[in-house]
Amino acid sequence: MAMTIHVDIVSAEKEVYSGLVEMVFAPAEMGDVGIAPRHAPFITKLKAGEVRVKISDKESYEFYVSGGLLEVQPHLVTVLADTAIRARDIDEAAAIEAKLRAEEMLEDKSGEYDYALAEAELADAIMQLKMLERVRKRGS
Amino acid sequence: MAVGKEIRSKISSIKNTQKITRAMEMVAASKMRKTKERMQASRPYARKISQIIHHLTDANPEYRHPLMVKRDVKRIGIIVISSDRGLCGGLNANLFRKVLVEMQSWYRAGIEVDICTIGNKASAFFSDLHANMIGEVSKLGDTPNQSDIIGVIKIMLDAYTQGSIDELHVFSNEFVNTMSQKPIKEKLLPVASDDLEPASGKSYWDYLYEPNASDVLNHLLMRYVESMVYQGLVENNACEQAARMVAMKSASDNAGNIIKELQLVYNKARQAAITQEISEIVAGAAAV
Repeated sequence: MAMTIHVDIVSAEKEVYSGLVEMVFAPAEMGDVGIAPRHAPFITKLKAGEVRVKISDKESYEFYVSGGLLEVQPHLVTVLADTAIRARDIDEAAAIEAKLRAEEMLEDKSGEYDYALAEAELADAIMQLKMLERVRKRGS
Repeated sequence: MAVGKEIRSKISSIKNTQKITRAMEMVAASKMRKTKERMQASRPYARKISQIIHHLTDANPEYRHPLMVKRDVKRIGIIVISSDRGLCGGLNANLFRKVLVEMQSWYRAGIEVDICTIGNKASAFFSDLHANMIGEVSKLGDTPNQSDIIGVIKIMLDAYTQGSIDELHVFSNEFVNTMSQKPIKEKLLPVASDDLEPASGKSYWDYLYEPNASDVLNHLLMRYVESMVYQGLVENNACEQAARMVAMKSASDNAGNIIKELQLVYNKARQAAITQEISEIVAGAAAV
């Protein structure tokens, strides 16, 4: 069996994933990183995007994170996500609705809304939808 | 029959009290379940981030973040997390006693103390004490948000970076189980291992940082302090409901006991009155 590394993905709400994997891919702030076992100690901020854990050549899981931190020890990877969702749990309808709502808020210039918040929400929804598309393509 | 009217009214008033305490007990029990779930949900994050912080203190970093440097302690900042409401047994009183003991020992060592409070009870207690309060937040309800406590945390972090406080501690209750809650003190800042010098043979590795050390550490340490205080808050919430449930249960039980005793007294008085009446009649009949 190939060498493995333990990975823990936790969000502020719950533990999302914990287990031994062959490799971890994450969207670090300065570009995506791939972490193999015995990686040097490493710490970075994450941006919104997809964290993928490769369990074997055939099996891998995708998670959507909205940002957070990644810490690497030689045999342990910890992903501290602000929010994390399993890719297959992303609710497409909810994401589309969130996107529409955010766009509406951005267009409405009456000043009742918090633009920064709306923008963040919009980016979040778009990332989720993009990721969903990618996962689907890979699956088919 | 006009026997024991006072006793009867007393019994009914205690019964009413018992109804209230029983209702509060049941409300607290259902709230406890929810607050406990919330506490357990955010626990993995808090545990992981403190693990990372632990790794960080083990490392031998080139860059020393201000929040990681130990200083001579002249002034200490504390955050006291209490409940908003009373009627929860000795929960808050025990916590405040622990705070006072610590404060006394600091004062004796010539260290000043700045206080931030979370929750009504702590605000009331420490402002009565004329302690040096620099921040306060209360009425957070049963579902506190991280954004609710950012203000208090910012006050403390600013005080720390400006050098007006040299250590930051958090006092809150730890949820041991439903029956017992323990007041605890946790040192958040400075983030440093307790041994003064890295012992020989200790690892001399450092992290790779992206994009740079100060940025990442800043973010990490902020999140660390925020999540530790938040964890303390949700844990304290669960403690509050558990303590209230237990306190109200014992209040209901006590009310039951008192009612039983009063009922006995009432029955005896009633019996005595009947006996007396009969003996009066019999005596009257004998006289005729």
